[in-house]
Amino acid sequence: MAWSTVEHLGHILSSQRLCKQSGGVSRGRATVRIARRTLIAQPPRHLVTPQPLRSLVNPTSEDARAKQAYMRAVLDDLNALRIKAKEGGGKEVLERWKARGKGKMGVRERVEALIDPASPFLELSALAAHEVYPDPLPGAGLVTGIGLVAGKKCMIAANDPTVKGGAYYPLTVKKHLRAQQIALENRLPCIYLVESGGAALPFQSEVFPDHDHFGRIFYNMARMSGLGISQISVVHGISVAGGAYMPAMSDVVIIVKNQGRIFLAGPPLVKAATGEIVDEETLGGGEMHTSVSGVADHLATNDAHAIRLARQAVQDLGAASTSNEISAGITTVHAPLYPPAELDSIVPADPRQTYDMREVIARIVDGSEFREFKQEYGKTIITGFAEIHGHKVGIVANAGVLLSPSALKATHFIQLCSQRQIPLLFLVNVSGYMVGESAERGGIAKDGAKMVRAVARAKVPKFTVVVGGMCGRAYSPRFLFMWPNAKICVMGPDQLSSVMQTVSGKRRLPSSLKQGEEDRWVELRGKIQAQSSALYSTARIWDDGIIAPSDTRDVLGLGLELAAEEKASRDTSVTGGQRGEIGADGDVGDWGVFRM
Amino acid sequence: MRSALTAASRRRAPPRQIMLALQSTSITGTSSLVPPIARQGVSGSVGQVRQCQVSSFSTERATQLKDTIHLSSLQTDGGMSKYVQVKPHFDKILIANRGEIACRIIRTARRLGVRTVAVYSEVDKDCMHVAMADEAYCIGPAPSSESYLRADKILAVAARSGAQAIHPGYGFLSESPEFAAQVAAAGLAFIGPPPSAIRSMGSKRESKDIMLAAEVPCVPGYHGADQSPTHLQAQADKIGYPLLIKPTHGGGGKGMRIVRYSDEFAEELEAAKREAKKSFGNDEVLLERWLERPRHVEVQVFADGQGGCVGLWERDCSVQRRHQKIIEEAPAPGLSPELKRDFAAKAVAAAKAVNYVGAGTVEFIMDAATDEYFFMEMNTRLQVEHPVTEMVTGIDLVEWQLLVAAGNPLPLTQDEVPCIGHAFEARIYAERPESNFLPDAGRLLHIRPPISTPHRLETGFAEGDEVSSYYDPMIAKLIVHGKDRSEALAMLRSALGEYQIVGPSTNIEFLKAVAGHTEFAKGQVETSFIPTHSDDLFAREAVPEEVLAQAALFLTRQSELDLARIGGVWGQLSHRRFGDISEQNWVFDDTSVSIRALGSGYQVSSGEYTSPASVTLLGHNEVTTTLADLRTQSTVIPIGNRVHIFHASKHYTLNRPDPTLDDAATGTTGQTADSLTSPMPATVIEVRVKPGDKVKSGQVVCVLESMKMEINIRAGRDGVIDQVRAEKGKTVEEGGVLVMLESVAD
Repeated sequence: MAWSTVEHLGHILSSQRLCKQSGGVSRGRATVRIARRTLIAQPPRHLVTPQPLRSLVNPTSEDARAKQAYMRAVLDDLNALRIKAKEGGGKEVLERWKARGKGKMGVRERVEALIDPASPFLELSALAAHEVYPDPLPGAGLVTGIGLVAGKKCMIAANDPTVKGGAYYPLTVKKHLRAQQIALENRLPCIYLVESGGAALPFQSEVFPDHDHFGRIFYNMARMSGLGISQISVVHGISVAGGAYMPAMSDVVIIVKNQGRIFLAGPPLVKAATGEIVDEETLGGGEMHTSVSGVADHLATNDAHAIRLARQAVQDLGAASTSNEISAGITTVHAPLYPPAELDSIVPADPRQTYDMREVIARIVDGSEFREFKQEYGKTIITGFAEIHGHKVGIVANAGVLLSPSALKATHFIQLCSQRQIPLLFLVNVSGYMVGESAERGGIAKDGAKMVRAVARAKVPKFTVVVGGMCGRAYSPRFLFMWPNAKICVMGPDQLSSVMQTVSGKRRLPSSLKQGEEDRWVELRGKIQAQSSALYSTARIWDDGIIAPSDTRDVLGLGLELAAEEKASRDTSVTGGQRGEIGADGDVGDWGVFRM
Repeated sequence: MRSALTAASRRRAPPRQIMLALQSTSITGTSSLVPPIARQGVSGSVGQVRQCQVSSFSTERATQLKDTIHLSSLQTDGGMSKYVQVKPHFDKILIANRGEIACRIIRTARRLGVRTVAVYSEVDKDCMHVAMADEAYCIGPAPSSESYLRADKILAVAARSGAQAIHPGYGFLSESPEFAAQVAAAGLAFIGPPPSAIRSMGSKRESKDIMLAAEVPCVPGYHGADQSPTHLQAQADKIGYPLLIKPTHGGGGKGMRIVRYSDEFAEELEAAKREAKKSFGNDEVLLERWLERPRHVEVQVFADGQGGCVGLWERDCSVQRRHQKIIEEAPAPGLSPELKRDFAAKAVAAAKAVNYVGAGTVEFIMDAATDEYFFMEMNTRLQVEHPVTEMVTGIDLVEWQLLVAAGNPLPLTQDEVPCIGHAFEARIYAERPESNFLPDAGRLLHIRPPISTPHRLETGFAEGDEVSSYYDPMIAKLIVHGKDRSEALAMLRSALGEYQIVGPSTNIEFLKAVAGHTEFAKGQVETSFIPTHSDDLFAREAVPEEVLAQAALFLTRQSELDLARIGGVWGQLSHRRFGDISEQNWVFDDTSVSIRALGSGYQVSSGEYTSPASVTLLGHNEVTTTLADLRTQSTVIPIGNRVHIFHASKHYTLNRPDPTLDDAATGTTGQTADSLTSPMPATVIEVRVKPGDKVKSGQVVCVLESMKMEINIRAGRDGVIDQVRAEKGKTVEEGGVLVMLESVAD
C-alpha cells in the first residue's frame, strides 16, 4: 500500500515536471524514458495487492517494556550459560592441550577457520548436557552446527578435546546423531573434526549397545554416503578404537602430521594383546596412514593446513552437495513491517496470560503479510500462508486449547500444504486438547487423531518453534527450536500434580500422613516445573536449541532454505529423487564410498 | 565535534567535482605566473598536463575541458608572434625509443601536426607509445640489443614509413655517433647534435680536453689512453681517494664505481670494465676525484647550428641514489644571479666549443661550501629531467628540437629566456629502496595518479602494463610547478601523497620521505643526501591502529560481499550466530586485529586498542570507516596475501600469513641459510664457484644482472659449496636458488 502510493506520487511528480520542461510531443517521450531511469529503487510489482497484518502492540507501552525486561533477563541468563559452555573445558585446559602440539587450535577456532569468513553459523544444542552429569560436560563435548564452507552449506561436528578428552557420553552420542539426522534430511555434506578418545567407558551401557548409540554414527555415515551425501573427516588428534571408524568410514580423510592418530588399539593395548612394542606415530600416524595403509588421504602439516584442505575438499563435492540455485533466485525479500526485535516484548512473564499469535506472525513473515485460512472457523488455531525470507510456508499457530473444529481446521490446512508442497511451520503454544464431557462427546479424540495423522504424514518439511508450551519432536520436524520462556510438559505442573494427587488419592487416604503428602505434591510440582523448562529440554537435546524470539525469523529462513535446496537437489542426486528412511530394508541408496 | 562533522560532510562532495574544480583553478593559476612571452610554451605543456589528467575520466564535461585547452594552446601560439619559422616542420618523424619519452615526443609532434612512427620490441606490443603513434613497427625481440639498439632495423622502418627524421629520445641510440651518422647517410634528419659533437662529448677524456681549452673548469682526474691496470692504479693513487671509476663512453651511472681504498681498486676496476664493455661496447675508463659533499648542477643548453646558442638555466639534480637522479628541480636553489648567469655562460661556451646543435645538458659538480664548480660531462640528448626546465622557462623543448632539426633558428635569445617560479620532478621507479634500491619488475595492478594537485605526469605505462626487467624500471615522472620553491615542494608532497601504485614495489614512499625531509626543504642538498640521512629516510614507522582496523574492516566487508554472492538467506545473514557473537581475527604481519560483528556495526580490537566501528565500501577498493568518532577514507588494494592501504597520503603494505607456507617443509630464504637465492628476476652473468669449493662469508659466489645493474651474490657464512644451480646466461626468478652450501650439522 505504502509503496504503491509512493510510486504513484513519483509518476505524478515526474509527469508534472515533464509538462513544464518539454515543448513538443517527441521531446516529452524522451523525457519519459529518462524518468524511468530514476535511481530511486522501486519495489517489484505485486500481482495481488498485499495486505499486511495490523499490530495492536505498542512497543513503548509500559506493558511491553515489562515484557521486554522479563525476556531480556531470561536471555541474559541463557547467554551467560552459552558463554560458559563455549569455553569448553576452560582456558587452562585449552592452553595445556595446545601445548601438546605445534599450531594446535581449539575446537571453536577450528570451526571458525572451517566456515567462510562471514558465514552465519547455526549452532545446534549449544547447551546440551547442561547440568545432566555429575561433572560438567559443556555442550556435551561436541560442537555441531551448520555453516557455509567454500560457499556450500555443511554440517559440522567437532569434538572438543578439552571436555573429557572429547569422550562420547550418552548425550554426546545423541547430539552427534541428531546432527547426522539433520544432515541426512537436508542433504548436507558432513565434516567431522575428530579428536576424541571414543566412548566414555563408565557410561558404556548407555553409549554402546542400543539402536541409537555409538555404532549408529557409523551406520549413518554409510547410509549418507550411499545417498550421495559426502562424509569428510579431519583427524586433528587421537581417533582410537570405535572412534577410528569415524575417519575410516569417511569418503575423504585429512590427517594432521605428528598429531592425528588412527588405530583400533593404542600401544598399551597392543602390547598387552600381542606383546608388540610400537609407538603411536608408527602405529597410526598421519604419514603412515597416508602413505602405507590408505586410511587417510591427505597429510596436513598443522591444524590450519588441515582445515584448508577440508575447505578444498568441499570445493570439489559436485553433486554430493545441494545447489544454491533456488536461494540465488530469491532476489527481493520484504522485511516485516514490524521489527522482529519487538518479539522480545510480546511474550508475557506469566505463561497463563494470553496474547495474539498474529502479533508474533507479523514479526516473522515477509512484509508482515499473512493470508489466513478459515479465519472464522476453529478460532483456537490459526492457519495461513506467508513467506519467510522469500520461502513460502504454511503456518499453524495455536491460539488457545485445541477444540474439535480447530483440529479439523488444522487437518484441512495441513492437507492443503502437503498437496501444494508448501513447508509447514508450527508455532506451538498449547496446553493440550480440550477435555470434558462436551469435548469427548464431540469426538475430540477422533478429530485430534486426524490432526496427528495429518502432521505425521504430511509430505513436506516441518518446522517447529515452541513459543509457549508442549512439544512436537515425535513428529520429526526438520528443526525444533524453543523460545526461552517455553515449557515442555504433558500438561501444566499445577494440573499434573493435582492429577497425580487425585489418582493416588483414590488408593489410600491416611489422614495422619496428610501433611507429608502435601509436601510430596509440592515437591513433585517443583520437580515438574524444573523439568518442563526450556533449559531442561535443551540440555537433553529434546530440541535443537533455544533461540531468542527476535532470531526466530532468521533461523527459520535458514532452515527453510536448507529444505528448499534439499528438495531441489532430489531430482539430481544419485538416488534419483528418493530419500528413504534410515534403517529401512530395501530403501534407496547405494553402498556408499568404500575406503580403498 | 561539530566542526569535525562539517569537515566530514564537506569531504563527502563527489570527487569528480573536486577534480574539475581544482583543474580549472590550476589553469588560471599557472598561466598567471607566466609572462606573455612565455605563454606559448607554458600553455603548451600545461595542455599536456590536462591531457594526462583528463584522460583518467570520461565525462562530457571533461571532453569539453580538453577541447578548450587545446584551443587555447593554439591561440596563445601568438607568444612567438615575432618569431618567423623559416622552414616548415617535418611531416613525419620516427621515434626510436619507448616508454614515457616516446609518448612525450609523440604528444608534442601531434600538437604540431607532425605524424609519428613508433618502433617496438615484441614484449612492448601493447605499450602506450605503440598505441599513441600514428604507425608502429615491431623491430625484434625483447632484449634492446636485438631491438631498440638495432640501427639497421630502425632505419629500415624509417625508409618504409617515409619518416623524414628520427628522434632518438634518451638512452638507447641517443648518444651513438655511429647511429647519428647512419641516419644522416640515409638522407634523414637526426633530431639531435651532429655525430662529431656526440663523439667529442661521449668520450670523457676528449671532452675534458676540449673544456679545458675552452676555459671551463674540470675535476682533477686521469683521462689518459693508457688503460693498463697497473698504470690506472698508479694514476689512481696519484689522484687520491676516494675516487670514481667511470666508463669513458657511457652515462646514466652505469659502470660507475667509487673506490675508497687503494687495495680495492683492482677488483672494482675489473667490474667497471666489464659493465662498460657490456653496456657501451667499450671498456675504456677514466678516473676522477670524488667529492664527498658535492652538488650536481646542470645547465640545459640549446643551439641551432646557425650561431644561436642559449642556456635555458640550470637544474639541481643532487638527490641521487646509485648515481642516478631521483628528484630534480629548476632552478638550482641558492644560486646568486651572477653565479646563475656564470653557469649558463660556461655551458654555452662548452656547447659552442663542440659546435653543438639541438638540446644538450652540461653537467657540473659544485662544491656546496665554496660555490666552486667543475665540468663533469655533457649529455648530448634530451634528458629525463628536461620537464623541470620546460616548466620554469615555458618552452617545449621537443618543439624546439623539431624546429632546429628542420633548419630553423632558435625562437628566443638568451635575454628573452625566462625563469619563472620553481619546478620539481620526482622519478617514480619500480624498485625497492629498502633493499639498496634494487630494481623491481611486474604488472602494474593499480595506478591512480594524483587528482587534486595540479601536476604534470609523464609516463609510458597504464594500469595493467608490465614493468619488464628488460628495460629501465622508471614508471613515471611527476612534475609540479609552483610560484616559488616552497610552494612547488608542497605541491610535490601532496601530489606524491595522492599517487597510488600497486604492483612492483616503487620508490614513492621513499620520495615522500625525501620531499618531506627538513634538510631537503632548506634546499642546496648534496649528492650524499640520501646516505647521510638514511636513518630518517628509511625510518620504519609502526602502522597506526586505524590503518590496521581499516584493513580488517575492509576484509570483513569483502567477505560479507563474497558471502552475499551465494544468494538467499544464508548469503544475507553474515556473521550471525544466534545467541553467540562471531569474532573474526585478521593477522597482519605480527599484529592481530579482531572484529566482532554486533547487531549493527562492529567492535574492532587490537591489543590495547578497541573501538566501535562501521564500514562502507564504494566500488571495490574505496573504503570509508567510522572508528568511534573518527571518520576516514582509504583505498585498499588486496593482492594475494598482501593488503595495500593508501591512507592519509601514505602507502602501507600489510602482509597476511601465507597459507601455502603450511605446505612447505622448510622455508628459510635468507642468504645466511644454506641456499643463496636471487633477490630479483635476473640473468646470471658469472658463476665463481663450483661444488666442493670452500667459501668465506662475504665472498662473491655469483654475479647477476638485472635492469642493467650488476649484483654480487655473496655467501652469508663460511662453508663448502654443495650444489651450483646457477648457469651462466640463464635467467633466474626472484627467490630462485643459485648456490647451495653444504648444510652444517648442528
